[in-house]
Amino acid sequence: MLEVQTYPTIGEAAGAMDDQARFLGGGTLIMNRVNYGDPRFNRIVRTTDASLAEIRVEGERLEVGAGVTMAAILASRDLDFLAPAARAVGGPAIRNMASVGGNLMAPHPYGDLAVALLALDAVVRMASGEELGLEDFLARRNGVVRSLLVRRPRGDEFRFRKVSRVKPKGVSVMSMAAHLTRSAGRLSGVRVAYGAMASTPVRVRAVESALEGVSLDHAGIAAALSAATEGLDPPDDPIASGWYRREVAPVHLRRLLLGEDAR
Amino acid sequence: MKSPVTFRLNGSETAVFVDPGANLLDVLRRGCGDLSPKYGCGQGGCGACTVLIDGEPHVSCLVLAETVAGRSVETTGGLSNGPDLHPLQRAFIEGFAAQCGYCTPGMLMAAKALLDRNPNPTRPEVEEAISGNLCRCTGYEPIVDAILEAAKQRGAA
Ligand SMILES: Cc1cc2nc3c(=O)[nH]c(=O)nc-3n(C[C@H](O)[C@H](O)[C@H](O)COP(=O)(O)OP(=O)(O)OC[C@H]3O[C@@H](n4cnc5c(N)ncnc54)[C@H](O)[C@@H]3O)c2cc1C
Ligand code: FES
Ligand code: FES
Repeated sequence: MLEVQTYPTIGEAAGAMDDQARFLGGGTLIMNRVNYGDPRFNRIVRTTDASLAEIRVEGERLEVGAGVTMAAILASRDLDFLAPAARAVGGPAIRNMASVGGNLMAPHPYGDLAVALLALDAVVRMASGEELGLEDFLARRNGVVRSLLVRRPRGDEFRFRKVSRVKPKGVSVMSMAAHLTRSAGRLSGVRVAYGAMASTPVRVRAVESALEGVSLDHAGIAAALSAATEGLDPPDDPIASGWYRREVAPVHLRRLLLGEDAR
Repeated sequence: MKSPVTFRLNGSETAVFVDPGANLLDVLRRGCGDLSPKYGCGQGGCGACTVLIDGEPHVSCLVLAETVAGRSVETTGGLSNGPDLHPLQRAFIEGFAAQCGYCTPGMLMAAKALLDRNPNPTRPEVEEAISGNLCRCTGYEPIVDAILEAAKQRGAA
């Protein structure tokens, strides 16, 4: 029999977790498992901690509570740079429920917002207060997340793109994000992340290093396009085969980097 | 063990006992006897179970019932005012926007959330608002037309 436990603070909720428990965010994935009687857990742990839904300015960083929904991101001026990624998640009803914390944990092909946060070098703050880079968090994916810390990108340095077959709502063939930082007119320290191209959202280091020191134009990005899927083994699923994902990735990467519209 | 949950359902204070892990759709249908929201998939994919919570659309099959404690839930069951149908209901009937009718309660609630916030939506805004709702009968055109027509009627009223 399933048990639901509700705690007033995130700290207490985190303390109640074990491998038979699942922490409830917005529930868009967990409740599906509950409805279908998933035998892998017997407890739902939730918290009524209001701080989880807060968006706060913390020095140069914005702190986004793990319970902030995609709809709340879309309604926030401070987080306008995340709007293209938040808008890419599900339909309106799903966006009213889907949380930031749940998006970090969502299995393939989900995690569109996490892709954007990974390119922006977001830091994960755990319920314990421990902080770690999102990339490290995605590699281990355990523990309860309190919030994310992210810096606002400058001007037009940040790009996000989701490729799906159905519009306006459709699951990712892939999603891509790039933080195109520059130094003296040339790209420098760029971060590029993909979703639905591996078991979790991933950084694409081969592309990042091919973009170091080049100018943002067709000639400058040619090497990066050749390296578009280096080191990746994209999965097969009902949306697309791994082969297809690999074939079309350079086209979508070019559109992302050069800000071209898809036809 | 069942736990008590109180919330407002279509404006009336409602108290029900819910099983641990029960979803709101189940509680509305079995606990409250409001059969207007439909079960299609139980996965958030079809939108037939869409209800408004504090005015915003949610797929009730994925809402843990106890999370609506103290909140306001609206379903299609509460749309009409006695015999007076809501403008959306009238527009759906007149525009043949319901065939089998299974998606209709969800479509109506998604549309109501839109019109309450944006009384004069564009066609793409309507399409976006119902993008989480599947219809296997109409091909969507009559539904989009009906929602735009309801907006017009409401504006004229
Ligand atoms: C119809 C439909 C369409 C969807 N479309 C998309 C899409 O286009 N793009 C996309 O990215 N996703 C999509 N999703 C998946 C999902 O809605 C999102 O990824 C969402 O952000 C998950 O968040 P949640 O709060 O609902 O997660 P929950 O269901 O609450 O939880 C999901 C997982 O995350 C864990 N979790 C939740 N919060 C925390 C926390 N604070 N700390 C640690 N672990 C936590 C849970 O224990 C669970 O394992 C879709 C889902 C549905 C049903
Ligand atoms: S039954 Fe809830 S979305 Fe299908
Ligand atoms: S009218 Fe039959 S599913 Fe929409």
